Amino acid sequence: MATIYIDNKPYEVKDGNNLLHACLSLGFNVPYFCWHPAMHSVGACRQCAVKQFKDEKDTRGRIVMSCMTPASDGTRISIDDPEVKAFRASIIEWFMTNHPHDCPVCDEGGECHLQDMTQMTGHVYRRFRFKKRTYNNQYLGPFLTHEMNRCIQCYRCVRFYRDYAGGRDFDVFASHNHVYFGRHEDGVLQNEFSGNLVEVCPTGVFDDKTFNKHYTRKWDLQTAPSICVHCGVGCNTIPGERYGRLRRIRNRYNGEVNRYFLCDRGRYGYEFVNSDRRIRRPLLRPTPHDGDSSGGESTVAGEEALRHIADLLYFGAGVIGIGSPRASLEANFALRSLVGPEHFYSGTSDTDSRLVAMIIDILSKGPARSPSLLEVESADAVFVLGEDVTNTAPVLALALRRSARQKPMEAARKQHIPCWDDAATRNAIQDAKGPFYIAAPYSTRLEDLSAHSYHAAPDDLARLGFAVAHELNKALPYVEGLPEQVRSLAGSIAGALKDAQRPLIVSGTGCGSEAVIQAAADIAWALSNGGRRADLCFTAPECNSLGLGLMGGHSLDGAFRAVQEGAADTVIILENDLYRRADEGAVNNFLGRVKHAVIIDHLTTPTSHKAEAALPAAAFAEADGTLVNSEGRAQRFYQVFVPEGGIQESWRWLRDIMITTRRAYAREWENPDAVMAALAEALPVFKQIQDIAPPAGFRIAGMKIPRQHQRYSGRTAMFADITVFEPRPPKDPDSPLSFTMEGYQGRPPSPLIPRFWSPGWNSVQAVNKFQSEVGGPLHGGDPGKRLLEPAEVKEIPFFKAIPGAFVSRKGEWLFIPVYHLFGSEEMSILSPGIAELSPRPYLGLNLEEANNLQVSAGEEIEVNVNGAVYQLPVRHVPGLPAGVAGLPAGLPGVHKATLPAWGSLSKTSGMVEVV
Amino acid sequence: MLSEKEKNEIETELKQYEHKRAACVEALKIMQHSRGWVSDDGIHDLAGILGMTPDELDGVATFYSLIFRKPVGRHVILICNTISCWVMGYNQVLRSLNERLGIGLGDTSADGRFTLLPVPCLGACDQAPAMMIDNELYGDLTPEKMDEILGKYSWERD
Amino acid sequence: MERPLTQHMRPDGKALSLQEYEKTGGYQAARTALKMAPEEIQAMVKNANLRGRGGAGFNTGLKWSVVPMGDDAPRPKYLITNADEMEPGTFKDRMLMEGNPHQLIEGMIISAFAIQAGISYIFLRDEYRTAAKRVAAALSEAYDNNCLGKNIFGSGYNLELHLHTSAGRYICGEETALLNALEGKRAIPRTKPPYPQVSGLWGKPTVVNNAETLSNVPHIVKNGVAWYKGLSRSQDGGTKIYGVSGRVKRPGLWELPMGTTIRELFEEHAGGMQDGYKFRCLIPGGASTEFLTGEHFDVKMDFDSVMKAGSRLGTGAMIIIDDKTCPISVLYNLEHFFAHESCGWCTPCREGLPWVEKLLKAIEEGQGQPDDLEKLEMHGEFLWLGKTYCALAPGAMEPLRSGLKLFKEDFERHINEKRCPYGNGRIF
Ligand SMILES: Cc1cc2nc3c(=O)[nH]c(=O)nc-3n(C[C@H](O)[C@H](O)[C@H](O)COP(=O)(O)O)c2cc1C
Ligand code: SF4
Ligand code: FES
Repeated sequence: MATIYIDNKPYEVKDGNNLLHACLSLGFNVPYFCWHPAMHSVGACRQCAVKQFKDEKDTRGRIVMSCMTPASDGTRISIDDPEVKAFRASIIEWFMTNHPHDCPVCDEGGECHLQDMTQMTGHVYRRFRFKKRTYNNQYLGPFLTHEMNRCIQCYRCVRFYRDYAGGRDFDVFASHNHVYFGRHEDGVLQNEFSGNLVEVCPTGVFDDKTFNKHYTRKWDLQTAPSICVHCGVGCNTIPGERYGRLRRIRNRYNGEVNRYFLCDRGRYGYEFVNSDRRIRRPLLRPTPHDGDSSGGESTVAGEEALRHIADLLYFGAGVIGIGSPRASLEANFALRSLVGPEHFYSGTSDTDSRLVAMIIDILSKGPARSPSLLEVESADAVFVLGEDVTNTAPVLALALRRSARQKPMEAARKQHIPCWDDAATRNAIQDAKGPFYIAAPYSTRLEDLSAHSYHAAPDDLARLGFAVAHELNKALPYVEGLPEQVRSLAGSIAGALKDAQRPLIVSGTGCGSEAVIQAAADIAWALSNGGRRADLCFTAPECNSLGLGLMGGHSLDGAFRAVQEGAADTVIILENDLYRRADEGAVNNFLGRVKHAVIIDHLTTPTSHKAEAALPAAAFAEADGTLVNSEGRAQRFYQVFVPEGGIQESWRWLRDIMITTRRAYAREWENPDAVMAALAEALPVFKQIQDIAPPAGFRIAGMKIPRQHQRYSGRTAMFADITVFEPRPPKDPDSPLSFTMEGYQGRPPSPLIPRFWSPGWNSVQAVNKFQSEVGGPLHGGDPGKRLLEPAEVKEIPFFKAIPGAFVSRKGEWLFIPVYHLFGSEEMSILSPGIAELSPRPYLGLNLEEANNLQVSAGEEIEVNVNGAVYQLPVRHVPGLPAGVAGLPAGLPGVHKATLPAWGSLSKTSGMVEVV
Repeated sequence: MLSEKEKNEIETELKQYEHKRAACVEALKIMQHSRGWVSDDGIHDLAGILGMTPDELDGVATFYSLIFRKPVGRHVILICNTISCWVMGYNQVLRSLNERLGIGLGDTSADGRFTLLPVPCLGACDQAPAMMIDNELYGDLTPEKMDEILGKYSWERD
Repeated sequence: MERPLTQHMRPDGKALSLQEYEKTGGYQAARTALKMAPEEIQAMVKNANLRGRGGAGFNTGLKWSVVPMGDDAPRPKYLITNADEMEPGTFKDRMLMEGNPHQLIEGMIISAFAIQAGISYIFLRDEYRTAAKRVAAALSEAYDNNCLGKNIFGSGYNLELHLHTSAGRYICGEETALLNALEGKRAIPRTKPPYPQVSGLWGKPTVVNNAETLSNVPHIVKNGVAWYKGLSRSQDGGTKIYGVSGRVKRPGLWELPMGTTIRELFEEHAGGMQDGYKFRCLIPGGASTEFLTGEHFDVKMDFDSVMKAGSRLGTGAMIIIDDKTCPISVLYNLEHFFAHESCGWCTPCREGLPWVEKLLKAIEEGQGQPDDLEKLEMHGEFLWLGKTYCALAPGAMEPLRSGLKLFKEDFERHINEKRCPYGNGRIF
């Protein structure tokens, strides 16, 4: 700790930070622009000036930039000194010489860092009387607007896009007061994290184009804490709604998880909630089994639907439930309770179920720990095995960009450069690479970081992994027949991991290979030997894959068998499109055989089309619930708004079915707390989920926490076109949040933060006021509870079965999934922007392979895999090994479920021969 | 497409540096030397061999005042507008150029012959006012000397 | 009087060839130096009190002494000649490079050896095309004659020396911006610390010195510290290449003892004012120094004396302003230059200088307002050392701050009379 003096009062601060960090952490309002808590200091904007004094006797002092000055012991500064105050005001005055003052028509208005800082410095009158500079704007794709006249040249955008997120198609151009931030030419921004510019830019240069289409001011949005549902990372978000439409997603800081940033899928995938494909009312559809083939369907009242379903359960010959990795724990558990554990199926493919179960096993029975993203950032040697992280767990990739810097940062440390001095650190590091290794089936977007990248078929990736494990622990089996370069690569990877303080292995379900996951575990375990810490980070395919895995249940194939064998004739499908989980034929067969299929979902899907009854489920923003992310962290999301129509949470539908079928205990399930209590009792592994957040009855000074801002406008007039009586705001029996603007206005407990706002801090930068220290945990701790911790084991349960080397086959290819940020995920693709940027289905081959086959990019070829036949254009996927072909995972029109699988290719003119 | 000559010259420059991008200013100048200016396509072609993206290279190119990202005339006149030259009669020299070429600063003459650009201090303050045409420095300028100097760059002589 | 830097230059202004240079004793110092201990050379240069000729006047040997030495020092280390020379009014480095490029190369060899650098660059501004040709020719001669490259003069010492030509931009002369420029990045300055000597080009130890500074080094090594100090009429060692331009009879450059007075330079060497003009004021060392007046004619042109007089020696290139030139327009011209050459990184410089430029233009054109002076003063105060990111903006404020005091009456007349009283509001 160090003592610093601010306007003559002593304060204790942590060692090693800069003065701006220290002042903000202490709660002082020091304005700033170019500094960003995640991107640190460069000293460009000169806004954060304070006056520094040599000692007590020094009365003159000198102006310094607080972001560039260490807060070392004995530092004496003044924030209130008149000269430095005038200087700070003049910085704003300079910005304003060219700023267009177009706040009324600017999307940033009301949550603008520039507005806040202008107020803070007290600059009021315009003295500049000359012409303003103007710029042309660019088209940057479907996600971001560009309004360069508003730019204040703080350089944060380039620093984020290039330095932080690794993008290279955006830059700063020209010089003096003509500097321009944009692209070399108009076009879609290529970086997966471009949407963060909305939050990173302190003004309205970059704003959310999807929000822009149905814009309202920040204070008119109803918001609640939520969790992103578009991958297994579980980023914390703040969705905003008005007039029944979800309007945007913003980042919700969680110091352990996503921290300051989201990926573009997470930010822009929300539009499915407003989609035409929503199921908004209960539907009943006569089925062929009823002898009615008219195919007509009718919407019915909830009670009628429930009675119908209850009848099915009474009179049917057995019911099974199919759960979902994209539904909450509460929903899955309600289904499991309804049908009974022995009739509960997880609803994921055989492969996915096995892989997720294995990951859970590894993380709970072995000594390696699953790190939070914050811990990932501090890893100093990384081995990514088998995963295209950027496309399967994007924000994890962003964290890995930080870990890749850890080792090279030593050069800066040696030169006594503090780690917050960003430009100097970068100069010292230059493009030095750390011990960062990637082994993946094709070339991935993190390869600019890697010391070495290796591409091979999944089995060969596993073999490399086992070889690394062997290098670390010679007692582990030796991998026979490994090529010499691969063995030596294994040696260097093992060496680097061994030398590291915080080694990290990253793997996951992406390859669809058990062996890859086992190899990753072996490496981490071999490193953990002797009590040393080694982190093991697995990606999970969906937002609640791990939660569902922890709940157990058989795989989908089990459900198919049960029906096949006549054990059941009725199925209740929860938030699941089975066509994404298994081959078309198998699903058709299954749905053909069951007499009665009931679906509870928020979207119509190919599966729902075949169901006899469909119940409209709440989407994430309309529901409360708990999800378990790939770290094993259970996180709570809250209802943002009450949807129209007959929509309610899946668990409530299931509860209502239970009540209708006279299961008395279900009457007690009045809110999620009750469901969670029942879940914790049934499955103790979930015990802690009750402690993630305060219960529904929680009040502060007798008050709930309002979802609406105190400045929420037009509440009394919102429905004036329908009725002049102000409707009563909906009640929320489920949580301590209310659907009003009244309530507790102070800082709520961290899991319940509905928005970041503090007097004078209307922009996202208000988050500083919610953290115990800038960039540190939220006050009261970061939300979420880890359900998986490593075991203290005497005997590490190493995996010893090493797969044989991949052998390519004549006339056949091993088809593996290729992941796409835009397209591979089911719901986000319903956002028009994401659909626009997602690829069309294709057949991926590496260039050489394509040449050998004499097919060129774009040429259509017939693909025969898993009994399905596709006509697909060829696309060049760099890095794919010979004998391996790629299919885009999850894209409508291509089935990923049972990949990897062997299949064949044929040109329209006939079979393609292997050369 | 880069010409062989451009490619070779750039290759030579690349040898001077441990990192490719360090040669980017030289590479831009090589292209400018052979083509007069650097087009968008030129930026793409150069970026490729420098291991940079077009955005990165353009960020550097547009930083500098002597990399021309728009077409220029056959001869570029850089007239020094800084203090010593300015005190010593820059304005008269400029006016006589304006009149003779029919163009203002930043313009290219109708015949595509000359582009007139201001430049900060040419380091020829002892010969103020001064200007540079292509690689040639001209000092102690007076309006009277203009015809002779510009004449050197007349059509017949090229 | 000894003029070590220039006395051997050819009268026709052409460059000395390697042979000619060696005839004048060239490369002797390098041969001697390569047999010395590097630290010994550092100490020599430090004791000679050779102060940086790039403008800041830092003791060169002292600057070198911060470079990490020894076997575990990071490698490669770099030595860079700053020959960007874009400070308005300054043209001395051009003459040194055009007239005697080998002298600079020899200085670089010795200096590089003194810090054990393995790679060196000459960073030359684009407009110096003649200098570029001559330096390039000298470099190839030097390589061909084992003055550069591997095992120089059989000493076992290796040095690569490359010529880099820039593409316009004054800020490239700022030594840290120069490093970014050399790396092929936008030439934005860097903060100090870390100093380039520790973390410079590509993050490796780097020394940047002015071309004139390095041209002095062979002479110090060859003739010794006492001799070098004896050349000077002040505490600072050596001679200085002084320049005079503007409204004088004989503008030019002269190598004279450090500490020669303004009077001697102006009256004797430059021949005083041109006929028909009276002296108004001068800028002593390039555009980014404060105005001096007739009262200061007896000030010695060395770093400390000019500082005491309220300005800076800077590059030692004096600009003489006559009484018929409107001082407001002089200021406008200077600030136009600085505003245009701001790199665009820090706010006060990027936004403040254009405002200053516009205010001065308005005043000069008769559209000044009474509170414009207040705004100018605000800039003078706030675009000052430590408040901006680098020294460009403070440099720009030096003439403005002194001009606001010195030409107060002129400012007021412009504003009150709503016109330029000189009638020659010569704005471009
Ligand atoms: C805006 C600016 C421009 C500069 N331009 C030059 C220059 O053109 N040549 C030069 O030698 N030094 C220039 N300098 C000074 C250098 O930063 C640096 O101090 C000098 O090169 C060090 O060399 P020296 O110690 O030999 O003087 C400039 C400084 C600033 C702030
Ligand atoms: S675009 Fe925004 S973030 Fe980038 S420099 Fe301008 S104001 Fe800053
Ligand atoms: S000098 Fe460029 S921004 Fe300061």
